Amino acid sequence: MTSPQDPTSSTLGSVDAHGSDRGRGGRLGTASADVYTVTRKSRRTSFRAVWWRHALALLALAFALFPIVFIVSSAFNNAGTLSTSGLLPTRFGLRNFDALFNDAARPYWTWYKNSLIICGVATVATLVLGAAAAYAFSRLRWTGRRFGLLFILLVQMFPALLAFVALYITFATVGEVIPQIGLNTLWGLLLVYLGGAMGANIWLFKGYFDTIPKELDEAAKIDGASHARVFFTIILPLVTPILATVGILAFVGLWGEFLLASIFLTDADNQTLAVGLYATRNADQNRYFGQFVAGALLASLPVVLVYLSLQRLLIGGMTAGSVK
Amino acid sequence: MSETRSSEVDAALHNLEPTGERLEFSSRTPLWVQVVKWGLILLTLAVLGWMAQQVIEAGYWLMVSLIGFIALCVIAVYATKRAIPAKYLFPGVLLMLLLQIWPLLYTVQISFTNFGDGHISSKEEAVASIVSNSVREVEGSTRYALNIAVPEGTDVATGDLAYLLTDADGAYYVGTIDGLEELPADGVEAGPTGRIISAPGWTTLTPQEVNDRSDDLADFGVPVFDDAGEQTAGIRQVGLSEAFIGTPTRVYDEEADTITDTVTGTVYVAEDANFVPENGEGAALPQGWREFVGFENYTNAFTNATLREGLTKVFVWNVFFAAFTVVATFLLGMAIALLMNDERLRGKGIYRSILILPYALPIYVTALVWASMFNQDFGLINNLFGLDINWLGSAWWARVAVLITNLWLGFPYWFIVCTGALQAIPSDVKEAAAIDGAGAFATVRRVIMPLLLVAVGPLMIASFAFNFNNFGLIWLLTEGGPFVGGQSSIGSTDLLITLAYRLALGGAAPNFGFASAISVIIFFMVAVISYFGFTRTAALEDVN
Repeated sequence: MTSPQDPTSSTLGSVDAHGSDRGRGGRLGTASADVYTVTRKSRRTSFRAVWWRHALALLALAFALFPIVFIVSSAFNNAGTLSTSGLLPTRFGLRNFDALFNDAARPYWTWYKNSLIICGVATVATLVLGAAAAYAFSRLRWTGRRFGLLFILLVQMFPALLAFVALYITFATVGEVIPQIGLNTLWGLLLVYLGGAMGANIWLFKGYFDTIPKELDEAAKIDGASHARVFFTIILPLVTPILATVGILAFVGLWGEFLLASIFLTDADNQTLAVGLYATRNADQNRYFGQFVAGALLASLPVVLVYLSLQRLLIGGMTAGSVK
Repeated sequence: MSETRSSEVDAALHNLEPTGERLEFSSRTPLWVQVVKWGLILLTLAVLGWMAQQVIEAGYWLMVSLIGFIALCVIAVYATKRAIPAKYLFPGVLLMLLLQIWPLLYTVQISFTNFGDGHISSKEEAVASIVSNSVREVEGSTRYALNIAVPEGTDVATGDLAYLLTDADGAYYVGTIDGLEELPADGVEAGPTGRIISAPGWTTLTPQEVNDRSDDLADFGVPVFDDAGEQTAGIRQVGLSEAFIGTPTRVYDEEADTITDTVTGTVYVAEDANFVPENGEGAALPQGWREFVGFENYTNAFTNATLREGLTKVFVWNVFFAAFTVVATFLLGMAIALLMNDERLRGKGIYRSILILPYALPIYVTALVWASMFNQDFGLINNLFGLDINWLGSAWWARVAVLITNLWLGFPYWFIVCTGALQAIPSDVKEAAAIDGAGAFATVRRVIMPLLLVAVGPLMIASFAFNFNNFGLIWLLTEGGPFVGGQSSIGSTDLLITLAYRLALGGAAPNFGFASAISVIIFFMVAVISYFGFTRTAALEDVN
């Protein structure tokens, strides 16, 4: 998937993409043309002019939708195997969900809970660490600031997943001493995700922070507010749009993370949805297909809802910097 | 959004304007803030102290001093009024140092070693293992009741093995690769023969789990040392529930760095991290050790004929895969964006919501579902189009399947990006082109495309770098396969990253050293791509 915002795999390129964003941050006016008043006659002529656009757009929709239709219809297909699945459900029913929720060897809701915990905690940490660092880089003046910023950017060039061998061996050793954060624990995986929490979005954050007028905090400082007071009561409320954008991108990116999770989490009770569903399908590609696809459908719901309800915000975040 | 923000700014400015009211900022920090602050500092120190205790028990002194240093930093940064920027940067920087930079440096370090199957432990541990492994039972030696365990909290499939032993007098011992220690009887549960069933701090293995680790157990023995620290004997298992103490038949000579087999008389010398027979006849001893091998992993990659051929293939496919994906997804996304970029077109919101779905679904859902759809016998693709293609079983069709899937996954991203970029192209440019007599196609080709490419160039480089390491897609769709030509190490759709993953963790004989070397090679390629991206954009000029 083309998602440079994936927090575990941010590259310099994606940072560049944000780099030219000077605080635009919010959405671009992509939907402004929707509001268009026309008379009945001109509407008819305009349809005649654009019908071919509709036809081609429907083709694109068919291409985008057919795997999704397949997912939905297989999930509600009572036979529950790959060989009986098709674009239309043959025997509609909820038997796949029954099987999914009552499989002792595959604790689906535990996976769901684990995914929510990991993504939730990591997202909050990403926001806290990122906003704090951006404040230091945008508002405070100190020696080594420019070098520090460039250094963090440089480190982000190398995706965490490339160092998986070192992470695996390190955490195997750590686990012998402190089993609570070793391999096969949620906390260990969470720590790995937090490694890039500050750096991955620093550019996006700093760009936005720079657009908040400095006069605001200077005025507050003159009135006796401490640096912490300025940060918490003046800056943070003003940067909520970027917090929302980064928060969603981080959550969605982690929700789909597979490599590190599959290295770390080996016990079924500790796994996330990504690892658990992968194992479910691989147990028997034909027999467990219905169960897998039912689980996949439920696992997709949170991110799809986030995308659909906040698409303007996300589109702004994704295209930030693409327009000069 | 921007209007909202500026109104918020106005409101905030308004609040701050000296309008004669008393301003509310007092120079004293509220009590609850102080309480929370000191509570957090103490909590952090408590957690660090607990960690230090665990580490001290295990005897990792370097880690102890690291934890102590971190604790000092916490106090210096948060308990004083100095170093204000550090207060905001410390946690993030600490996590970055420990979990991004350390793994990076460690990867480079591992890539210069032979770390891997048969070369896991240090040389001392390898020698100890060889010697205790050669123990032969002598007449009248003690027998122990035995159970096999791993330290509590470690994985039974990978944790360090240990013998839980009961001698004839009923005393309990625990034997590890480091030697024999007494086990306090508190909490130990023993069976009728005196065999330990459970002991605090240890997880005993079931017969099935013991069987799964029979290879590890074959190399395992507990060394017994005399008071001078010389190994005099070893303990080995006999079957699943008994062990004996005996004298080793292989003796290590530290001066000469050789191992002599007292039964056969063979002398083994250390060579290439293994003990090999001096006269060159017979096999090397299986227990090797980890050592520095210089550039061997790298030179192997470039000079070993089979490896080089395989790696070249993987590299070519990897570059083609990333480049094709970026170009194809961009073109399709842009085409749809142009199609929808008509003010008269209605229902754009609905179209956009649906077109975003492939991008919104998690990769493990979409890639696995596509893998199922490409199934030769029951898959949707073959059924729908009346084909009988062995998509994931033949090298070329598997590559086509990967490219189709990634086109589907990636085009919505470019559709969204291009829609945004198209909106920002001023209409007078298009009008000027029309006045100059350019047709619709010429306008797109000569006016809109160049402007679009300037705008989305950095994103294309980012997308290329991302897809260059698109582990998720390949692993979930094909696992790098299919494997042709009777080998199972290099698959037809392998990227460098999936190859490294399989080398390190995929098989029975991990080769961490070589996998790390491949990672380092990818590091350099990513660096080159990013440098290219850097110089092509003016992003860095604005760092102030």
